Parts: sequence; structure tokens; C-alpha cells
Amino acid sequence: MVQKHIVEARGIHKHFGPLHVLKGVDLQVDERELVFVIGPSGSGKSTLLRCLNRLEEPSSGSVVVDGIDMLDPRTDINHARQRIGMVFQSFNLYPHMTALGNVTLALRKVAGKSRAEADALARKALERVGLADRADHTPGQLSGGQQQRVAIARSIALEPRVMLFDEPTSALDPELVGSVLEVMRSLRETGMTMIVVSHEMGFARNAADRVVFMDDGLIVEQGPPAAIFENPTHERTRAFIGQIQRH
Amino acid sequence: MIQTFFNPEIIVAAWPIVMSGLWNTILLSLIVVPLGLLGGLILALLASIRHPLVRWPLMAWVDFFRAFPPLVLLVLLFAGLPFAGLELGGFACVAIAFFLNTGSYYGEIFRAGIDSVPAGQVEAARSTGLSRMQAMRYVVLPQAVRNVLPDLLSNTLEVVKLTSLGSVVAVPELLYEARQAQSVTYNPTPIVMAAVIYFLILWPLVRLLSRLENRALAGRR
Repeated sequence: MVQKHIVEARGIHKHFGPLHVLKGVDLQVDERELVFVIGPSGSGKSTLLRCLNRLEEPSSGSVVVDGIDMLDPRTDINHARQRIGMVFQSFNLYPHMTALGNVTLALRKVAGKSRAEADALARKALERVGLADRADHTPGQLSGGQQQRVAIARSIALEPRVMLFDEPTSALDPELVGSVLEVMRSLRETGMTMIVVSHEMGFARNAADRVVFMDDGLIVEQGPPAAIFENPTHERTRAFIGQIQRH
Repeated sequence: MIQTFFNPEIIVAAWPIVMSGLWNTILLSLIVVPLGLLGGLILALLASIRHPLVRWPLMAWVDFFRAFPPLVLLVLLFAGLPFAGLELGGFACVAIAFFLNTGSYYGEIFRAGIDSVPAGQVEAARSTGLSRMQAMRYVVLPQAVRNVLPDLLSNTLEVVKLTSLGSVVAVPELLYEARQAQSVTYNPTPIVMAAVIYFLILWPLVRLLSRLENRALAGRR
């Protein structure tokens, strides 16, 4: 079997009680591709992202990541999740650990590295996000931008095949956004496959291979950034793009 | 007055017996506090499984033992179990009663602590491949315990005070021994001694608790 896509989600439905949040979403992502997911709040972007590493259990559909059927009950989900990094809007760093501790936890407890190995890998990851000198600081001693970069280091230290970003800059003060986008850009240059839910349209324009517009639980339209931003074919896309460009 | 409540001769005479009572109170505390903490932790971990088949019996259990007066529970175990052919000593009865009663209190404190940790913490941990138990152990519990440390300490204070209930079932702890001495000497001085000793061992804990509470308040600001 030839594997074309590193992420292959088909027919994803998600219900939260009476709410039908995802209404049959298909998303294929190629290796080394950077896909941007945009859309109004409540359109299901974050839920879709969370279905990809099964933080949310899809009501139906299939998700295959790097050849692993994520929804198969026989799949070792903890093993599979190591290959899928995730970065959250609110960072979710462990406040009782240092930056280094945050990065080494999964290396030691999931990847089974010794303390010395884990420390070395974690320091390398922190260096990649420009925070080698902050290894011994706790999250409370770091700025929002630094915290988010530690969160990115926590994910990339596990050498994931795919990175999911769930509004990574939405909780940041404007002057701190740049440093996080810088790290994401450098990650992209290493060929990391990335799926990004974000409102950073400038970044999308420059860095994305493809922009996916979602509304009301469905993918309405997708294509290269230029096409989506300059020439949206769908009425709802046009309305959304017009709205965000006015701001 | 001094001859009645602080009689020096009686203090000297009662000293050994009161000290042996103190030792038993300390021993009893060193057994029942860890037992209660262990029971509470088990209850809180079970409560984090939000399955109805676990949740309802657990709630009934906790409610029952929190509503049941510990003294009644203790007397029931001590005086009732022999009728079921099970004769436990006073010490064992106190240990079981405390495990059931204070375990339920500690359990509710741990549960509040676990609930106080944002869901995003578990999500972050799980997204890196940690299992549910690993996320609990390395990420949730350390934060939970830190968040409810003043409550845990406060409950521990109550537990140490409650060890005096052991006197009812003839466990020779501080209060029991003091009363023995009092009945032999026909003088309340040994009881005063016990009161002073309780105060002296509990007061540092009370001070520590106040400091923790102030720090928690400052942290919230």
C-alpha cells in the first residue's frame, strides 16, 4: 500500500450532547505540509484538531496518522500520541516543574529515556526554541511567549511526525506573538508537518501551503493561501475574510 | 488553687504515666494519620473515575462515614463486633474507625484538590503520551496536594485531637492515662497536664497552618 498522506481523516462527526459540532469532515495532510485551519469561532476547528490525536473521541469517522489507525481500540493510544505533538492556546505547562522538567517528563515516563538522556534531549529542544538559558525556570517565572515556546519544546523533544497547534498565539500579548511564530517558522524549515488553527493571517499568507476554511462543522473551501485570501469562491469564505481584514 | 490544679507533687508522681500516654497518643497519630491519608487518596482516585457504577456507591460510602459520629462508630466496632465473633483490641478499633471516618474527610479534600487542577493539564500530559495514571501521578496529584495543603493540615489537626476518643475504648493514650492518674490521686492536676501537652504539641501545627493559609491567600491575589 502506498501511503500518500501522513494525516488522513475521513467522515469525522462529533456530537456534544445535542450539539453537532463536526458534520462529516475529511482532511488529508501530506508529509512536510503546513495546513492552516481558519474559520469563525464555534466552527469546529479546535474540535477537529483534537479528534486527530483523540483528545476528543469522534462520534464516527476514521483517523489515520502516520499509518496508525487512531480510533482502533487495539491501538496503543499513548504510544501513538508520542508521534503527534500538540500545542495549546493556554500553554498548559506543568506549573510545579521547571521548564526542563516539563520537557523531560514524557521523555522519561513514555519514551523510557534515562534521566541523563532525557535532560540532554530536553536541553537540545529548549535550545531550538531559544530558551536554553531558561531551563531551570518555572512557568511562573516566564513570559507567555516563553511559556508557549517551552510547550513547543515539550512536544518536539519527542520527535513527533506531526504537530498540531491550537490557537498557539491567541492568549499572548501582541508583542510576544512574534517569538512564537518565529519558532514555528523555524520548525517548518526543518520539514515538520504542521496543522495550525489560528487567526494569524499574516503568518498563514507567508508560511502556509494550504488554507482550510471551516464553518458550521464543515470544510467550506480550501486551497493555497493566495487563492483563499484574494479569491475566495464561497460566499461564507468571502464574508469571513472580509470581516477579519477589516480589523 | 495551685494545690488543686497544678500540684507539684502530683505532677512528679503522674509524670511517668502521663508520658506513656503521650507516647501512645503520638504512636496512635502516626498510625491513623497515614491510614486516613491512604484511605482518602484511594477514595479520591476512585472518584476520578467518573463512571456511575463507581460514583454512586462511593458517594454513599463517603456520605455515610462523614455523617456517622466517629465516637459512635468506635463504640460500635469495640462493643458490637464481639457479638459477630470478631474481637478486636481497642487499638485496632481506633485504627479502623479512623480509616473509615477520617479517610472520608481526607478523600473529600483530595477530591477538591484534584478538581482544582485545570483540565488542560491532563490534556497536555495525555497529548505527550502519558497514560491516565501517569498524568494523575506526575501532573495532577502534585498540584492537587499543593492546592489543598492547608485543608489537609487542618484535618490532620482534627485527627490528632480525635485520638483522645481512644480513651473510651481503653486505649492508653494521653487522655486515658491522665484520667487514670486523676482517679488514683483524686486531683485534676494530671488532666491539666494532658491539656497543656495537647496544646504544646498542636500549637506549632496551628502556627504552621496559619502561615500556609496566609501564603495561599497571598498566592491567590
